[in-house]
Amino acid sequence: MNPDLSGPDAWIDTVSAVFMVVGALMSLAAAIGLLRFPDLLTRMHAATKPQVLGLFLLLAAIGLQLRTWWVWPVLLVAWIFQLLTVPVSAHMVGRAGYRTKHLRRDLLSTDELEAVVQKAAAEAAREDSSDDGGR
Amino acid sequence: MMQAVLAVTAVILALAAAGAIIRIARGPSLLDRVLAADVLLGILGGALCIDMAVNRHLNNLMLVVAISIIGFIGSVTVARFVADRRVESNES
Repeated sequence: MNPDLSGPDAWIDTVSAVFMVVGALMSLAAAIGLLRFPDLLTRMHAATKPQVLGLFLLLAAIGLQLRTWWVWPVLLVAWIFQLLTVPVSAHMVGRAGYRTKHLRRDLLSTDELEAVVQKAAAEAAREDSSDDGGR
Repeated sequence: MMQAVLAVTAVILALAAAGAIIRIARGPSLLDRVLAADVLLGILGGALCIDMAVNRHLNNLMLVVAISIIGFIGSVTVARFVADRRVESNES
């Protein structure tokens, strides 16, 4: 595309090409993780790669390709919005997965929520109230 | 060089989307399917980003943001639904 392969233009093109390929590889890694990991929590670990880091790399590639400064705040807003929404949805999915026992206990190394749940259940049983202590 | 990058990323994203669709099709639980659908939406947003970067325009940026909103609302809603309905079922 470019006749001369030196100069800042070719370097910016190369860097953005690397960003695009790596960002696409994040998606592929997420898909491989979804296919090969054994339970919900490990799949959630794999699924966050294209949503945060992959999107960051691709938005950076857009900013490098457009070669203007005013797009960077727009891209940053898009990425920060993704950063705000992804943990919330991951938390909700993980919480629902924990409650409906969609996880394999033998693969967990530690379960810090178990102690909290047991304590809340004990308190609820002692006070003979309904289950609003553990929320 | 950009056309080669476009071809390579198209192949990679197609493979990734195929993997996510396979997980949607045979995921053992609803939450696995929700997660795979979220990943599929992420792959779609990534494809839109690559289109913008290669062709040097910004037409799809609001679409990317809208896709992230849709993924967020969808997964949160379905997770609430699962948490409310299947609390006492004991399947793994």
